[in-house]
Amino acid sequence: MSRTFRLDGREIPFAPGQTIMDAALAAGVYIPHLCHNPEFAPHGSCRVCVVDIGGRQVSACTAAASEGLEVDSASEMIQATRRAILQMLFVEGNHVCPACEKSGDCQLQAVAYYVGMLTPHFTHFFPRRSIDASHPDVIIDFNRCILCELCVRASRDHDGKRVFAISGRGLDSHLVIESPSGKLGDSAFAKEDKAAQVCPTGAILPKHRGYETPIGRRLYDREPISIVGDTRAPGNRQSAREVD
Amino acid sequence: MNESAAATVVGYVAESLATYGRDPRHLLQHLIRIQSRFSFVPDAAVEALAEALGVTRTQVRAAIAFYAFLHARPRGAFEIRFSDNITDRMLGNQRLLRLLASRLRLDGLPGWGHDLIRADGRVSIGLASCTGMCDQGPALLVNGQAVTNLDAGRIDRIADLVEEGVALAHWPGELFRVSSNIRRRGLLLSNAATDGAALRRLLDDGAQAALAEVERSGLRGRGGAGFTTALKWRFCREAPGTERYVVCNADEGEPGTFKDRVLLTDYADLVCEGMTVCAGVIGARRGFIYLRGEYRYLLPHLEAVLSRRRGDGLLGRAILGREGFDFDIEIHLGAGAYICGEESALIESLEGKRGVTRKRPPFPVTSGFDDQPTVVNNVETFLAAARVVQWGGYWLRGEGTDQSAGSKILSVSGDCARPGIYEYPFGTPIHQVLTDCGAESVQAVQISGAAGRTLAPADFDRIIAFEDLPTAGSFMVFGQNRDLLDMVRNFAAFFAHESCGFCTPCRVGGALLRNLVEKVAAGQGSEYDLTEMRHIGAVMRRASYCGLGHTAPNHVLDTLDKVPEIYRRRLASQTHTPSFDLDAALSEARALTGRTDSGATLHETMEAMT
Amino acid sequence: MAARIRVATASLCGCFGCHMSLLDIDERFLDLVERVDLDRTPLTDIKTFGDCDLALVEGGVANVENVEVLLEIRRRCKILVAFGACAVNGGIPAMRNQVSLGECLRESYMNGIGLERPGIPNDPEIPLLLDRVHPIHEVVAVDHVLPGCPPSADAIWTFLSALLDGRPIDYAYTQIHYD
Repeated sequence: MSRTFRLDGREIPFAPGQTIMDAALAAGVYIPHLCHNPEFAPHGSCRVCVVDIGGRQVSACTAAASEGLEVDSASEMIQATRRAILQMLFVEGNHVCPACEKSGDCQLQAVAYYVGMLTPHFTHFFPRRSIDASHPDVIIDFNRCILCELCVRASRDHDGKRVFAISGRGLDSHLVIESPSGKLGDSAFAKEDKAAQVCPTGAILPKHRGYETPIGRRLYDREPISIVGDTRAPGNRQSAREVD
Repeated sequence: MNESAAATVVGYVAESLATYGRDPRHLLQHLIRIQSRFSFVPDAAVEALAEALGVTRTQVRAAIAFYAFLHARPRGAFEIRFSDNITDRMLGNQRLLRLLASRLRLDGLPGWGHDLIRADGRVSIGLASCTGMCDQGPALLVNGQAVTNLDAGRIDRIADLVEEGVALAHWPGELFRVSSNIRRRGLLLSNAATDGAALRRLLDDGAQAALAEVERSGLRGRGGAGFTTALKWRFCREAPGTERYVVCNADEGEPGTFKDRVLLTDYADLVCEGMTVCAGVIGARRGFIYLRGEYRYLLPHLEAVLSRRRGDGLLGRAILGREGFDFDIEIHLGAGAYICGEESALIESLEGKRGVTRKRPPFPVTSGFDDQPTVVNNVETFLAAARVVQWGGYWLRGEGTDQSAGSKILSVSGDCARPGIYEYPFGTPIHQVLTDCGAESVQAVQISGAAGRTLAPADFDRIIAFEDLPTAGSFMVFGQNRDLLDMVRNFAAFFAHESCGFCTPCRVGGALLRNLVEKVAAGQGSEYDLTEMRHIGAVMRRASYCGLGHTAPNHVLDTLDKVPEIYRRRLASQTHTPSFDLDAALSEARALTGRTDSGATLHETMEAMT
Repeated sequence: MAARIRVATASLCGCFGCHMSLLDIDERFLDLVERVDLDRTPLTDIKTFGDCDLALVEGGVANVENVEVLLEIRRRCKILVAFGACAVNGGIPAMRNQVSLGECLRESYMNGIGLERPGIPNDPEIPLLLDRVHPIHEVVAVDHVLPGCPPSADAIWTFLSALLDGRPIDYAYTQIHYD
């Protein structure tokens, strides 16, 4: 008999070693997440996948599934917490959706839609951040970086390059690039790299591909991320292509 | 930097590499030495270290940017950092800071992440989070060395010494005198003597028996979390691994705590003995003392203790002649990062990286230093463990409560006649401590540091114990004449400065909270802002990744509950106020246009609002 | 809400796109005017506020006039709505927050190409700029939020009809977007 735990009243089977997130995704149950990508080791930094287990809040992507757990991912308290976390991410950076090529295909935006975020609510920091357009094929807009470290992990664990790292601390934490000048164009980065494919926001974008899919026909324009899936995670029904 | 300067840097790096090796885990230790030699880490050193240690230059730069005591740009030849805990502030450090700045002809005041650096490179002034001298503050660090009991006279002398360019080694020794101020001795402090008795007991009775005594004693970790020590040791002992490690957490970063400094000063032998006993129990051959950078003045003393113990056969190969019982201790320095007191961040730092909390599980007991089973215990825990093994578990049980065996060493500071170290049996009520330390007309006690809880007089009958008021030892007293909002501002700035930045709620929420506290303090806040503070605090508590974020809003939430008037008396009359100063937001445009007409201000509009 | 309600609208630092989208509710406007009276709004060119039940504010807060209008509207209305992306988060105009006001004005009026008489305008008739552009919730309390650049006519209608009927506002998935 397979082991199960309960997620919002639904029995979810799991294999030993799986996290709550792994098991939920395998069962086709969506738990919102940003820094998690099943291709990489769980990270647990964005906190969007927070769930409640018996009054304790944990991140579903790092918490091990175990027999008989009662996991709450839908209560108003959990939803409100997720909304607040999304709002924090939105005021921390400069997320100007109308001016972003990723809009409609953006996981940050889609998760915010999913959790019902209508406004960033908090006071904006409006940090002054730069754009790195030095690479021939890929542009980095640091305004949109949410520090999920997926590019860091992809470059290190998949590409074997260590092009990216996080520097600083606290609100000064920021993405840095391994090259003599600190510029992407001067690094070992290539557009074929896994690290070029994993950004959940518009921080790392391919050049020369402006608005190929019109706004309104993009990945998350018609259906929520809970149905469409992550932008680039494998095993999703659709990858980053237009919906119809 | 010219070529010869670069060559000097590269030469120094080579020297450091030759002395301390090319293990990439020594990166932080190399950086600390380079920083203290050059007042910053020059680019040439970054390149040389990256090359020699086989790490990326971004890893080197990221470490420099992470640790508050490392810099990518030069500081003064005399790098001065004022300890800026609330207790330093209560003792007048702001006035002394201004005095020193003016004596040294430096304009303005330093802030977090913003140092004043004199153009001639002679001196710089910055801030440091609590340096652990709260019972003898105000305090500062000059090139990493602690100066205590600051007053105008001492500031004058320091200014003279700096202007005369007197090398630090030739500064009068009395400036650097640090007192232990032990005021009350209990189970642990009443006897400092050790001659390896605990180790002999371990060797006579065996590791199982020693562990059984620790189990019997009910000893729980003294760093605050209170995990059962015997369980931790047993888990580590039984975890699969090729090596095991013992780590002494001497990163005493919690504002207001300084008892570990005293233990490492006066009881270092017992602490090492506790570590060695632990090594014997779990089967470790290497141990580390992770010593916070603020305490680096203790380094020669601790090295001397280790060296003497090696000479006495209490450390090193075949301890006390027992073949196969090999264990030695290295000291690793921290470099100004509160988060490194969290055990997994501490291990990251031991490995030379940014001190960012690891995912748990796995816990350090199964996967710690070098991914091997590792015990991380507080200084005081090792001290107690040594005695428990020496005198047996019942000895500790003789004091305290059922759930909290033994004693707790407190660091008492703030508004009291006799600040210092007090050891009490668990179960002691707060009012007893207040009486003993000579605190009168007490408005509040902040227990267990900035991350702890705010106690109002109604709480003073509560007891110090894991089941009531657990504490890592910090005990800050606030008299009736204090404005507790000063404490809140200090702590809110502290947590925003010390958040490692890994998780969203702590990184962003901490900064939002600090800004709201400042807004209210400036008289620009409204009832709405207090609701927001509660909301943000609740999200941080619920959703943060580690204990830092969970506890960072405590002081705000506690004071909102217990002393709301410290906020309320500053609120504007409106229910909502702008998040920024409307008229000040026009000053840049006024300067650019030179306009002074009535349309160039919002004063009237703002007055009409109120 | 059976009685007729009084509605004002204003555009601060925005592009009037949200107002255009409001006009896109097309024939539903006929339903709307049966149930509301318009107060100050660019749609009627009424220039002064009376007391209102509802105000839709488009645009962020970028200058003195924006501040004054917003404060006035907040005083006058019971329910204030952040109407569209710029009001909600500063939107496109807030992208100027990436540079200092001085850099921004010098680039536009001193160093720009084809300037005949370079100089930063200082006429008292011109509303003085704030150093940064802010969303309206950073200046006044906001009761409802309607995101989108612009919000679609359908989203606007969902919002208005629910509010007028006293129903909870329940947007369809496709009605909420930030772009």
